[in-house]
Amino acid sequence: MDKILEVKDLHVTFSTYGGTVKAVRGVNFYLNKGETLAIVGESGCGKSVTSNAIMRLIPEPPGKISNGSIIFKNKELTTLSEKEMRSIRGVDISMIFQDPMTALNPTLTIGTQLMEGLQQHQQITGDQAKSKAIEMMNLVGIPNPAERLKQYPHQFSGGMRQRIVIAMALICKPELLIADEPTTALDVTIQAQILELFNEIQEVTGVSIILITHDLGVVAKIADRIAVMYAGKIIEVGTKREIFYQTQHPYTKGLLHSVPRLDLQGEKLTPIDGTPPDLFSPPQGCPFTARCPLAMEVCDKVYPVTTERSDSHKVDCWMQDDRAKQLLATSAEK
Amino acid sequence: MDDKILEVLHLKKHFTVGKGQVLQAVNDVTFNVKRGETFGLVGESGCGKSTIGRTILGLYDKTDGDVLYDGRNVHDLNEKDRFQFYRRMQMIFQDPYASLNPRSTVKEVISEPMEIHNIYRDKKEQLNRVYQLLEEVGLNRDHANRYPHEFSGGQRQRIGIARALALEPDFIIADEPISALDVSVQAQVVNLLKALQIQKGLTFLFIAHDLSMVKQISDRIGVMYLGHLVELTESTTLYDDPLHPYTKALLSAIPIPDPDIEEARERIILKGELPSPINPPSGCVFRTRCPMAMEICSKTKPAWQEVTQDHYVACHLYDETVENKEPVKSLIRN
Repeated sequence: MDKILEVKDLHVTFSTYGGTVKAVRGVNFYLNKGETLAIVGESGCGKSVTSNAIMRLIPEPPGKISNGSIIFKNKELTTLSEKEMRSIRGVDISMIFQDPMTALNPTLTIGTQLMEGLQQHQQITGDQAKSKAIEMMNLVGIPNPAERLKQYPHQFSGGMRQRIVIAMALICKPELLIADEPTTALDVTIQAQILELFNEIQEVTGVSIILITHDLGVVAKIADRIAVMYAGKIIEVGTKREIFYQTQHPYTKGLLHSVPRLDLQGEKLTPIDGTPPDLFSPPQGCPFTARCPLAMEVCDKVYPVTTERSDSHKVDCWMQDDRAKQLLATSAEK
Repeated sequence: MDDKILEVLHLKKHFTVGKGQVLQAVNDVTFNVKRGETFGLVGESGCGKSTIGRTILGLYDKTDGDVLYDGRNVHDLNEKDRFQFYRRMQMIFQDPYASLNPRSTVKEVISEPMEIHNIYRDKKEQLNRVYQLLEEVGLNRDHANRYPHEFSGGQRQRIGIARALALEPDFIIADEPISALDVSVQAQVVNLLKALQIQKGLTFLFIAHDLSMVKQISDRIGVMYLGHLVELTESTTLYDDPLHPYTKALLSAIPIPDPDIEEARERIILKGELPSPINPPSGCVFRTRCPMAMEICSKTKPAWQEVTQDHYVACHLYDETVENKEPVKSLIRN
């Protein structure tokens, strides 16, 4: 399969008065053409910073991509100038933000905002842009598009605004769409509509999607592959089935056990004790050590090597090491 | 066993919103909460669930109907009795960042209610009680002199819980207590609330939009839509045998974190958006989005009836006096 995006050893830091925050610490992943990769993790794990880095939207200073490369269709993005990057944003790579209430300009009509990107990037007449905008509004399921083009954001509901944001992101036919918590601010019945829309759009346009979310239910529905992030690192990555049914990392297991399931009766929730580490001075070893029920001495000292369980399934955990398995066996005997 | 601690009878709360318009936030809602149980109130944003919570506590004046706490009408209490009433009913708020005064130490936050109610004459005794409360909610006494900003979201919510427990209430209204928290921390807080309930024999009114978490914690659940209670039953029955078309759609919209189940599920996608509570649809408020809408639905408000034991629903489909139950498409507006 064609890789459309490859991120290698990405590091992003932020300088603050309190010191340097290492928000993303050596992230590796790739995205195939036409697939949906979900990046899952809790607040502060670096998932949004990773996606902003791909768009080169990290404010510099205080932020900085301090190391690593981001290759999009054989083009290195980290070294591009702002001007070159502008010709990629919105055209080749688009982004959808979490809050549809703030992602739109309240003083401009929907039509102006929809056509703005188009007219920025393409030689196109006003009429052509307008018919394009109407076409996109049809695609995302907004009734009476010609009428509604003239309306302002406050005249739309949350779900409709998110549809408009999606239409804006797709209007230049990008090959990669980054959606940062696109349904978090929406009600569940509206979320179901929007997730359905993502499926339809991917079928029609073949766009590749990076979905940033904390909701494992959403992931189970629309992702092909899943990367689990913790404290600035991807600690486990695999196909949807590998992550859900052959879960390896204790953190991934913890996440899966801490969410209640509608279809199960009387299950007991097992929370993960404690809180994530401070990224001013991240631990030298595995960042999950302090919360991990299986932590060993080595975990605190050395970051685990990546174990490849299959072509797609990779885990950063010392429990994967043969020596740890022996240790488990001997302690079980005792 | 059927000891009702709280009875809400035909409660109405309307807000005047200018231009002579009236927002019907809560319309004719009737339910009761039994001593020692957790009653869950679910619905999407704007359905009136928080308004009910606040009206029960007397933070809002009612428009019509009654709220009886231990047989006494909450809204008819004189000032002195109301003051005493607040010792028995307390609230936990949604946003742990906004609900704690940033300029007060944790000790001050938790001891404020005790001081207002003049519970301890001896400062030392009061401080010991603060320490005891901190330990009960899983923090420790060293935290007493710190300020809210030094805590994570989950810890702040624990402080909010400690404050609610300070007056040893019997009844706690928890308004979306976990929705601002990360998934792994949500489970911590839910388990804490459950443990405290068993320890102290508390009664909870748990208001939330996340049906899977509500089902996890509640004994009985009421489902709300646009200011109306549409269904009420035991939480397991609600999942196994939902009656109201809205409940069915709501259940089917919640993604389950298990790919095999998720892919096999049949989903009811609701068309359209929530109508405005300023100008709600005639008859049944759900009929504009209801896939089963019948002729009678636009004319008559469905009655609140007990279909099987302890299973209440407001829907013409379960009304035996309705003869023509043929769905009528035109009642659904897009």
